Amino acid sequence: MHTIDCGHISSVSSPSIGEAGRTGDWRDSTPVIDPQKCIPMKRNKPSCFLCWLYCPEAAINRGIPVEIDLEYCKGCGICAEECPAGAITLVEESNLTIR
Amino acid sequence: MKKTANNTQIITGNYAVALAAKLSRVQVVAAYPITPQSPATETLSQFVEKGELDAEYVRVESEHSALAVCIAASTVGARTFTATSANGLAYMCEQLHWAAGARLPIVLACANRAMGAPWNVLNDQQDSISQRDTGWIQIYARNSQEILDSIIQAYRIAEKLYVPAMVCYDGYILSHTVMPVEVPRQEQVDRFLPPYKPHTVLDPSTPQNLNLVTLANPRRDARGVMCHGYMELRYLLQEALENSLETVVEVDREFGDVFGRSYGGTHWGYRLEDATLILMAMGSVATEATVAVDQLRQRGHRAGLLALRVYRPFPKQDVISATKRAELIVVFDKNISYGYEGATCSDLKAALYGNSIQVPVHNYIVGLGGRDVKARELADAAERSLRWAEEGRPQKEVEWLNCHI
Repeated sequence: MHTIDCGHISSVSSPSIGEAGRTGDWRDSTPVIDPQKCIPMKRNKPSCFLCWLYCPEAAINRGIPVEIDLEYCKGCGICAEECPAGAITLVEESNLTIR
Repeated sequence: MKKTANNTQIITGNYAVALAAKLSRVQVVAAYPITPQSPATETLSQFVEKGELDAEYVRVESEHSALAVCIAASTVGARTFTATSANGLAYMCEQLHWAAGARLPIVLACANRAMGAPWNVLNDQQDSISQRDTGWIQIYARNSQEILDSIIQAYRIAEKLYVPAMVCYDGYILSHTVMPVEVPRQEQVDRFLPPYKPHTVLDPSTPQNLNLVTLANPRRDARGVMCHGYMELRYLLQEALENSLETVVEVDREFGDVFGRSYGGTHWGYRLEDATLILMAMGSVATEATVAVDQLRQRGHRAGLLALRVYRPFPKQDVISATKRAELIVVFDKNISYGYEGATCSDLKAALYGNSIQVPVHNYIVGLGGRDVKARELADAAERSLRWAEEGRPQKEVEWLNCHI
């Protein structure tokens, strides 16, 4: 693959998805959303979205269904902590059957 | 202040610093007062208040913040200036590394002062020497004229290479003594020093992450461009510092063409041509050592002086060429690398290693915390070293001159 040198003399990048690297590599447990409990998914109307608001990696979408981008989710568990409906559970990578 | 027709002013080193910054049309000044630097930045604040200098003077609560302000201002394209001394410089340490790593051509004037504890406001060069490895260019001036001229030169050098530069001048000895200084005309300085162009402009229309987390290895960014890893960026900084030797010489030569004064680029010599006994020093001690050289010549020794003007980058090749005929080199350091020896002595010996020059190098630690250094004492020390070498004794231990222990 053709490589373009960045030509920078100091560290510079454009803010865009993936600029901080594939932080999904860091994850040892994965947040799994229960659609029966998740408020916007259950009611099928935009509401709550606290997981989207709190996610430090901006890896959660603000839509229905609520989805987590596992390329960048580093498994910190903040979404699970903040979810008022208890709809998000962290599952250890080794116990995970659904990816 | 006395003014003469050709615009020679009788001023202190600190006033020369302020004039130089003003003539360089600095746009942002941020500084915190510390003896003996204070009059330099006080004068600059007066220039700004009186409307003689169109700059933002940012008052801060510490030296760390002073340099942080300069870093921010330089990042958005302003020519920035700060000045400090001793513990103030030490307090800037983290930001010194940041300015160099971010490749911001900030110019800092350091009125050299001894480090506490214990408190001591007088001169030695321990403060700037201990910031040697921050990636800044360090220039040491020998008089007020050179302070003024070197600050203007420092902007040219720094902005060409995107490396910050520190102009060091001995506290009190230079900062507070008055001497005649020829002050260049603004139009001349404007011709010599074009406006600053930043390498990366932070602009809201094209948002950027600057100096973001950059891990060990090169990494492809979101657009697929391969970006430098941490080590590559460090290499580029080292390369810029090494190349700056050439730039220092070039800029000094060009300065000479425009203003009629130049300083030898990286170093200067005194009666060095046929010298076999070479004294080495930096800053005002070097000026003192020229008198010692004359005294040694009167006593029948072929003495000469090699003075470092630029300490980082270290002018290795120049030092080698200047000491080819040396039979003995005596180095006077106004600093001590605790647990070893004077810093410039170590660097000199490292430069000579692996060359054909096999010469004894003796080191004297002098003038710490403002202890007076007399030319006669330097000459006597050199003579003592000469006898030591003539007697064929092994390498002399580092001697602390005038230390009463």
